[in-house]
Amino acid sequence: MTESVAHSRLHDSLALSGRWVIEARRALGDIATWRPQLVPQMKRLGVDSVPVALFLAVFTGMVLALLSSYMFTRAIPLYFVGTLVSKAVMLELGPVLTGMALAGRVGANVAAELGTMRVTEQIDALETLAISPHAYLVTPRVLAATLMFPVVTAMAMAVGVLSGWFTAVNILDLSSAEFLRGAQQFYKVKDIWFGLVKSASFGTAVATMGCFQGLHARGGAEGVGKATTRAVVLGCQAILVLDAFWALVLL
Amino acid sequence: MIQFEQVAKRFGSRQVLDAVTLAIPEGQTTVLMGYSGTGKSVALKHIVGLLEPDAGRVVVDGQVVHELGYEELMELRRRIGYVFQFAALFDSLNVAENVGLGLQRQGLDRDAIAVRVAESLRLVELDDAGVRYPAELSGGMRKRVGIARAIALRPRYILYDEPTTGLDPVTTTAMNDLMIRARRELGATSVVVTHDLSSAFTVADRIAFLYEGRIRQAGTVAEFRESSDHRVREFIAGRPETESGAGGRA
Repeated sequence: MTESVAHSRLHDSLALSGRWVIEARRALGDIATWRPQLVPQMKRLGVDSVPVALFLAVFTGMVLALLSSYMFTRAIPLYFVGTLVSKAVMLELGPVLTGMALAGRVGANVAAELGTMRVTEQIDALETLAISPHAYLVTPRVLAATLMFPVVTAMAMAVGVLSGWFTAVNILDLSSAEFLRGAQQFYKVKDIWFGLVKSASFGTAVATMGCFQGLHARGGAEGVGKATTRAVVLGCQAILVLDAFWALVLL
Repeated sequence: MIQFEQVAKRFGSRQVLDAVTLAIPEGQTTVLMGYSGTGKSVALKHIVGLLEPDAGRVVVDGQVVHELGYEELMELRRRIGYVFQFAALFDSLNVAENVGLGLQRQGLDRDAIAVRVAESLRLVELDDAGVRYPAELSGGMRKRVGIARAIALRPRYILYDEPTTGLDPVTTTAMNDLMIRARRELGATSVVVTHDLSSAFTVADRIAFLYEGRIRQAGTVAEFRESSDHRVREFIAGRPETESGAGGRA
């Protein structure tokens, strides 16, 4: 009995995933529907997320500088603070922490909005007007998040490194030249694009989770609340899985 | 023409529609009546393909709705205006944008859309409401915008889901007049789901009574009023029939 229920659920999940893939392909081709929505969504999901991402980056850079100076006492030259701060921010903490912050903000925003539209029949209304919800709602949000997560992450990386630099110079008595020497010593161009590629995939995952949970919300306010929570949790989990995936594939 | 042929729909363990068979004639207003929760709105959603039947079929203009491909279904939906129970206006768009959204899909240019939106808003007597947002409107105004959005498409069919529920008597009368005017001016075939008897008697050419997942009676308004079916008489009287021995509602 349990096995047949599990089998049925697996079958339903696979069928639903297949439908989403078909809908996504069809929606991508419906450019006239999603294009007017793209720029407003880029602003909402990307530009409006900049303050929270930068706030996080400032303190990440600062703490990294302080922690690394604590670890490097005597055994390792202090200019390695610059190495650790820049490497950690560009390769890992910048993309992942920004992704997590945006999973909360963007994932919740998208799931709550689409969930409310679902339970108030606005999605049904779109369909009766012969407008695909995937083209009108999902595609511009997923594209906007995919394009804007790397932009926000790049800003967070820059601010994180600058914050670490500022902390090192003003609190740790490290000179700017020493910090830069450390930052440049092991720098590779790949450090930057690796982080940006990751963040683009995080954007795709977070927005897709938000849209999926929102479009399948059921049962009024409680259903929207559950969908929003699931979107954030699954978005964060997706970021961690993708982080490991890219580390295996690209490094 | 819209036809329900032995349509069945189940949600979980609940059989909402059992074997609904009904023909909705062209150019008339057919009211689908019944107690709350008997599947009237579910039946309506089958017409535009928002739901698929578990058994049976819904045929619109000779096309079986659930067998249509994507493009054919979109084409069918362009011929149907749907007025939702709570209007289902898009919160992020103003009234004019709500009314004009479906028109963009019909390939109309910006000027033509503006003209059509103005005409539709004039028909529902909301000429000046174009720049307002749904949150700024009363329940009655929202429903009228919902009607304007449906008629802006110049549809062949208009489906109304509980158009007068929750409205005061004056606004209800205005809504009834609006439905009659929309049918007269556009010549659209209308299907109205309601349990509001006075509204049904005002707008209907024909009434179909849905009970326990089946059409219990379908006919003209006069036939409905004079029905000998005890379930229909109970519904019209608003109380269970006890003296005839028919008993109350199951």
